[in-house]
Amino acid sequence: MRWDWVPDYAAALAHGLFITLLVLVVSVFLGFALAVMLALAQVRGGMISSFISKCFCNYIRGTPLLMQLYLLYYGVGSLFPLIPGVREHLQWLVRLDAIYYVLMAFTLSFAGYEGEIMRGAFLAVPRGELEAGEAIGMSGWQILRRIWLPSALYKVLPTLAGEVIGQLKSTPLAFTVPVMDLMGAAHKVMQDKYLIYEPLLLVACIYLVLTWAITSGFSLIERQIPSRRSV
Amino acid sequence: MADLHKSFGQLEVLKGVSMIAQKGDVVSLIGASGSGKSTLLRCINFLELPSQGRVIVGGEEIILEPRADGNLHPSDRKQLERLRTKLGMVFQSFNLWQHMTVLQNLIEAPVHVLKLSRAEAVERAEGYLNKVGLIDKRDHYPATLSGGQQQRAAIARALCMEPKVMLFDEPTSALDPELVSEVLRVIRNLAQDGRTMILVTHEMRFAREVSSHVIFLHQGKVEEEGSPQHVFGTTKSERCRQFVSGGFH
Repeated sequence: MRWDWVPDYAAALAHGLFITLLVLVVSVFLGFALAVMLALAQVRGGMISSFISKCFCNYIRGTPLLMQLYLLYYGVGSLFPLIPGVREHLQWLVRLDAIYYVLMAFTLSFAGYEGEIMRGAFLAVPRGELEAGEAIGMSGWQILRRIWLPSALYKVLPTLAGEVIGQLKSTPLAFTVPVMDLMGAAHKVMQDKYLIYEPLLLVACIYLVLTWAITSGFSLIERQIPSRRSV
Repeated sequence: MADLHKSFGQLEVLKGVSMIAQKGDVVSLIGASGSGKSTLLRCINFLELPSQGRVIVGGEEIILEPRADGNLHPSDRKQLERLRTKLGMVFQSFNLWQHMTVLQNLIEAPVHVLKLSRAEAVERAEGYLNKVGLIDKRDHYPATLSGGQQQRAAIARALCMEPKVMLFDEPTSALDPELVSEVLRVIRNLAQDGRTMILVTHEMRFAREVSSHVIFLHQGKVEEEGSPQHVFGTTKSERCRQFVSGGFH
């Protein structure tokens, strides 16, 4: 085993870790916000919004993430310059860095999966608890924010932990377009130094630590959940 | 206090019912299952939308507009929310918010709807928890309480809004028989305090005892109404006599 390369590549690995975390955090938070809207469109929205939301979720869940990423990056990304005026006036759109496509693809993917989960969670909250909110004079927004969403969230928290870990383990796909994430950094070491096991073992450890951190974070929150705690 | 007259869509659950509850009245709605008594109660705070009729709460009429679904919808959401704070609702299935402790359930709407300070809301909540005998359960979650305790907490939650009228929708129907009396005791105390209440119930003896006015509904219409003595005694209506004596529903 050779580890003498570590100091030279520490910066690259740290940057890769940063990119991995960036993709994870942005896609989980934005994706979840979008998921709540997708779920609400299905449980409360009209026929059209519900249909659109359902189609979107089915598309996301029914196709590989790698394909979705390619479609955005090579497909949509290469379409922009063809739109009249974009090449002249919206240069930034044409030269949009790959990382933005990655963030978008991962956000949409997380939203699609969680939208479906949140739909079930919203429906699992007893109708009567929402009625109680209405009857006591709360606005629709207050009912959503104070009763419906927290109650639904508590129900799916254990599932959500698994989903976030799954999302973490999908992030190396970013490397294919190519965004230098943690996996990308490891790959660079492999190529430069003709090493296989050492860089892979190192990033394996890092991924494990991240997974452990996510799991502990969620179980910490889960311990605060009322229905799981008997006083 | 409330004067309403409404009839319902194709199914016609209510075929034109009017009722008034004056300040201090305890009005009981009795009748067989499907007679429309719960629907009538739920029309007062618009958990159910009437297809026709008017609702007046504390002298203020709720502005309604007909929509394509054949129902009347409150046109002013703010007005509806304001009037709902004056109507305390107690449900058959308690409907406490399961993700909050008893105390959190009680202060939720006073803090977020009435905009009371937290300290004020807690003080008020503790007062009502004492009244329903649950002060020692303030930090418990609803799932850990018995049905009777949950219903008493739900009554306290409604009281924390200091409503003008309390609406009870079969408050003891989901309870085990041995838990019914503790809830009835709380409701009886409220009646003795002079609270205005409208009560849908299957507990005939209780209705007779606490009510100032009893309405017997049959197939969406008022079949008989009057003092408890009248409805449970001297009524001319054969159906009513049968119902209250048989106690069937």
